[in-house]
Formats: sequence, C-alpha cells, structure tokens
Amino acid sequence: MTTLIPDPRPAVAATTPPPADPPDLLDMLESEALHIIREVVGELERPVMLFSGGKDSVVMLHLAAKALWPAPVPFPVLHVDTGHNFPEVLAFRDAAVEHYGVQLHVASVQDYLDDGRLRERSDGTRNPLQTLPLLDAIEEHRFDAVFGGGRRDEDKARAKERIVSLRNSFGHWDPKNQRPELWHLYNTRRRPGEHVRVFPLSNWTELDVWRYIAREDIALPSLYYAHERSVLERDGMLLSPGDWAELRDGEEPSVRTVRYRTVGDMSCTGAVASTAGDVEAVIAEVAATTITERGATRADDRLSEAAMEDRKKEGYF
Amino acid sequence: MSTTTTSTVAPATAPTTAIPTPTLLRLATAGSVDDGKSTLIGRLLHDTKSVLADQLAAVEDASRRRGWTGELADLALLTDGLRAEREQGITIDVAYRYFATADRSYVLADTPGHVQYTRNTVTGASTADVVVVLVDARNGVVEQTRRHLAVAALLRVPHVVMALNKIDLVEDPQQVHEQVASQVADVAGALPLDVPPVVPLSALRGDNVVHASESTPWYTGPTLLALLESLPAARDLRHDAFRMPVQLVIRPQHGAQDAAHVDYRGYAGLITAGAVEVGDRVVVAGSGRATTVAGIDLDRSSVQRAEAGLSVTVRLSEELDVSRGDLLAAGDVPTPRRTFSAVLCWLSEGPLRPGARVLVKHGTSTVQARVTSVRDRLDISTLEHVPAEQGELNDLVRVDLELAQALPLESYSDSRKGGAFIVIDPQEATTLAAGMVDAPGRH
Repeated sequence: MTTLIPDPRPAVAATTPPPADPPDLLDMLESEALHIIREVVGELERPVMLFSGGKDSVVMLHLAAKALWPAPVPFPVLHVDTGHNFPEVLAFRDAAVEHYGVQLHVASVQDYLDDGRLRERSDGTRNPLQTLPLLDAIEEHRFDAVFGGGRRDEDKARAKERIVSLRNSFGHWDPKNQRPELWHLYNTRRRPGEHVRVFPLSNWTELDVWRYIAREDIALPSLYYAHERSVLERDGMLLSPGDWAELRDGEEPSVRTVRYRTVGDMSCTGAVASTAGDVEAVIAEVAATTITERGATRADDRLSEAAMEDRKKEGYF
Repeated sequence: MSTTTTSTVAPATAPTTAIPTPTLLRLATAGSVDDGKSTLIGRLLHDTKSVLADQLAAVEDASRRRGWTGELADLALLTDGLRAEREQGITIDVAYRYFATADRSYVLADTPGHVQYTRNTVTGASTADVVVVLVDARNGVVEQTRRHLAVAALLRVPHVVMALNKIDLVEDPQQVHEQVASQVADVAGALPLDVPPVVPLSALRGDNVVHASESTPWYTGPTLLALLESLPAARDLRHDAFRMPVQLVIRPQHGAQDAAHVDYRGYAGLITAGAVEVGDRVVVAGSGRATTVAGIDLDRSSVQRAEAGLSVTVRLSEELDVSRGDLLAAGDVPTPRRTFSAVLCWLSEGPLRPGARVLVKHGTSTVQARVTSVRDRLDISTLEHVPAEQGELNDLVRVDLELAQALPLESYSDSRKGGAFIVIDPQEATTLAAGMVDAPGRH
C-alpha cells in the first residue's frame, strides 16, 4: 500500500541550482503584508483600517495604497480619538487622509464622556476607554474586517495573535480558542455579527518598521524625531503637559530634547530623551536600545503583567 | 541534508556590503508538556541579547513573586504571555518571537506541547523552514516526539533539529544522547525523514544553546544557534515553474490614483513559485487560455522580472477572463481536478465522517467540497497505516474529496504552496483541517 507520507527525496535531484542571493527581509515583509491586505479585500465586503497617524498605521496605509495601486484604497479609515491626542498628529492624520484619498471615520471618546456613556478614570488615562467607541463604530458601520497596525513584538499578549483573528459578536478575543492559521491560507469566514481583526504588520519589528520608513521615504508626524519640548516627569516617564491633566505638587515642566517612539493618548504616552533628528539616526537609536518600545513609553502597560491581554480580550486594538 | 550540517558548521562570513541584509529564517518549536520549551526559547532570546532590560526586569520580578530561587530568572515567563499560561505554567497558544543575529532575522513560532493542542504545532510547522523538536533527557523519545516528527515529515518542513534538553538532570548524558540519537534515527527512517541532528543541551543552564558547554566535552557538534545559523533558508523556489494565484483584478477605471491609469487592468498576487518576465508566455490554469506578460508592476514602478516570494501586479497582453481564484502558471501547468485524495491533519473537536460537506480553500479559491471516503490513518505509536472509519482530533487521515468546482491542484510532495489547502466548516466558519494533496494516481 502507498504511504501516508510520501518520500519526496528522490524528486530533489542532484541538479539543485546554485544558491542565489537570499531574498531581502524588507521585501519579504512587504510582500507578506500586501498579500494579507489583498486577501481581505478579495474576501470581505466591508473592511476598515484603523488609522491614528502613528508610525505603524502610516506604514500600513502606505502598504494598502501599494497593494491596490493604481486603484484607490477601497475602504475607509477609522480613528478612535481619545480627546487627548497630540495636535500635530491630528493635523498629520488629516493631511494623510487627504493624500491617500480615503474616507475618515472618527469615533470620539470625548463624545462618550460628554453624554455619560463612559466615565473618566481616576488615573486619568483614556486608553482603555477606546474599546467601547471602537466596537460601536464597527457595529454601526457593519465593518467585517478591521485592519490594525499591531505587531507581535510589541507585547506578550500580541505575540499570541493570529494574522487574521476572529472577534465574537461582542467584539471579544478568545486567546485560548483561536483558529489554527496554516501556511498563508487565511480563513476570513465568520458567522453573522462576528468580525475579524487583521494585522498585516504581525511579523515586523520596531526596527523593521523604521528601516522600511527610510527605504520608502515615508513621512511621519514631526514628533517622532528629536525636538525641544516642555515635559514633566511622572512615574518615570516624560509626559507632555496639556489640558488633559493638572500638574501635581512638585511637578515642574522643563524643556528637554525628546522624541516619541510611540504616539497615542497624551495622558499615557511618554517621550524619550533623544537627539535622533532624522530617520537614519532613529534607526541607529532603535538598533541600540535596551528598553522596549512600550516599556519606554506606555504607562498603561505597566499596570500589570496582563494589562494588554485584558484590554484585548474586551475588544481593544 | 541536515545530517551533514552537524559536522560542518559554516564559518561566519564577512559581510560583503556595508549594511548586510539579514536573511529570514522561520523557526517553529515543538515539544511535550514540561520539557522546557519555553525556557529554551527564553534562553535563546536571552543569550542572543534579544531580551531588553525592562522585559528582563519584569520577568525577574514575576519570577520572584512566584517563588523562583534559581539564578537569573524563570526565562519561560518571557514567552508565556497569557495569564492562564503563567498561572498553570504551560503554553496554551502559539506565541511568535523575533530575534536577530548579525546574519539572520528569526521569526520563531513557539508551539505548545499539550496533546490536545497539537493543531498549534501544525500551525507553526506549516510556515516553518526549521522545526526544533524538544526531547526531555529524562524521558527520551515519547509518543509526542513521534507525533512532532510525523507532522514535520508530513508538512515537509525543510529542516528538523532535535534539542535534547535537561541533560543536567541525567546521570550519564553521553549515553542518553547516543540512545536518543538512535531512537530518532529509527523514527526518521520509518517516516521517512532525513535523520535530524541531536543537540544535547540545558536550557536552564544555557549549555549548548548559544554558548558551547564545558560540561559536554564528549559532544563535538555545534550549539543549537550555530546549527540554526548554518542551515540554508527556505528552499529556493525561484527555479521552479511560475505560479501565481490571482488575488484581485486591479481595474481602477475612473477612481485611478492617477488619471493615466483609467484603462489599467492588472492581476495582483504573490508569486508562489518560479519567476516571471515581461514577454513570458503564461497560462490561466482553469481555462487553459495562454497569453504573454505585458508588464509587471511593483507599486509605481514597473520591473522586467519578479521572483517567488514577491507580491506583484501582472498585466497581460490580451484581455482574458481572469478573476480572483484563477492561477497564472507556466511550465507544466497543473490540470484542474474535481476529485483527489489527500492527507488531512484533523484539527477539530468534532469527528470527520465520510460524506461531510465542507469548504476547501486552496490558493485564492474557496469551493464547496464533500469528503467522499475516509481511507486510513497513521498510528503514531507504530507509524503504521491502519484502516479508519472516521477521523478524530489530531488524527492524520487519508481521505478522498470531491469538489463542486475543479481546482488546479498540485501534489504537496511537489509543491508546499501548490498542494496545501485548508478545510473550513461552512456553517461554523471554523478551520477543520490542514490538507495536503496526494500525487495524482496515488490511489
């Protein structure tokens, strides 16, 4: 009888061609991302891309434009605005949306606070408050696929994510019951009310993102590069004072040369002391860093070992 | 192939350009519960200096709170990301890690060892260039080891490496190493699989993971990392016949990003095998219609030639009926088939029964299908094929399938990309099985 596992070895003859140049890492990552985006456009009816103006979402939108070129990006983008976003990032967001010719939806945390659907937290951070407006927007617009810029190297809960990851009708993620993801054959099917989150940058690291930004000459909000800024030190982080918070006793803002490694809600996104004024300098800095991106800059992820896991299960990005 | 690398580790070559481009190696680990897989990965990350200060501080803190008294920290906590995993001290789901050496970027899929989570091993192995199978030196080769080797052989992972862990816990590690190497050779011979090298190591102490150990003078082979560094990356597919499943027809019409492209029509996809050049003759596998390549576009630039692994958009010189799900091919173009036999790794709690109506996704096509019969399954303990009426979770079974619409299937032993498919439950939308197409005529 024939065997279940055929022996392929005789087929690999002695005529193996000489090894060619190995494929470039960034080409591989880019091609994988384009393939993911095209699969979702080919199989789903109402995709949306999360877009904050942060570097990962800027790279993701750049990839979407590449994946469909010369056709326009055929889906809208969605920004969950905490109300505490950096003004220059919001301006960049609007310019980018204009440049790519995509429709922008904004889900506003402030609206939810104003009408009482959400309440301000005692610690002042609005990051966890984004989940409800996000899920409501997904439901309202009946989005069936939501592209996110999450990377597996960011956090240990994100390291468990599939590239195409199912969310139930409550928007919840069940990490213990994920679909197996085989070869590059993505199962995008879902039951009514469910949607998928899709992460084209899953296999990229922070350094890959920066190398790609340099290679593709992608514009970013200016605060990713070193600049002088009035900052205050709180819980070991350099925060940008603004109307989001009262100064506490003993806190004295001072002007420092800083840049941002991540861009999010001002109440919990810290700057890092840096003199990296251009993309090459940033690459050198990231390559030599001893602190992770989120460890350096995100107060909310220091809450507990499972802060991200808990937020993600509830439907966070 | 992998047997020769045990004795010849390629020396580190000097980069030929100022900024060397790292190559990508996709690695998956497989092992049983408690054989120290997460610790091994933690050790690999730690000793390649891929763990940053705040991650290590967090792990040290968590180790202390859990009563860890060993030196350093419980490195397993670096990869066990979910709350339940840390509470139970096990790995539940595939976690992905990234580390790099001067020459190579690694994507590492850490796959759990629980017998009920074998589907995750299949997940990790399906995209891997190398599978590292762990063996606990105290237990030797166990059923799980056979299962992992069978999955690696079945999925045709190019390289397999055995990590013989916990050698610090056995009295005569040299004898255990010899014994396990001989057991592994027996299993590999029965599968068939090239005999994988066996690296004796201690993830806990760091012996032979990145740094060679002084406590194993009898072992002259490479460390685990040296072995990984020396393996050739994925098999070079660029000399095979051209294959590109069409993902999308790009037809901007009046919505074009640039007005010059209102008449543009291109076929977007990832080249899964071979290469394509402008002027090449290509065939639409479904209809058999042939035409020539008028242009190849990568973003805003056109290129003369593109190779396997790249996402491109191909323009054809004639307007043919081509849409998502079609395959552009050259060379020995696969004939569309409606019936075929295949091996399934059954990944669902519910049984596989003859007559089951399912969906098959192959390339960029998803079609309705019926399992017409279940033939036999692989008995993992004996590695023999035994008759089977149905398939259960984790079974490797051979079945016959009938498709509602013919697909250009290739045999998995000829092409990992052209012979792979997934089986989807049409109602629950879950992924039921990983499928591999048998060679035609293998009935």
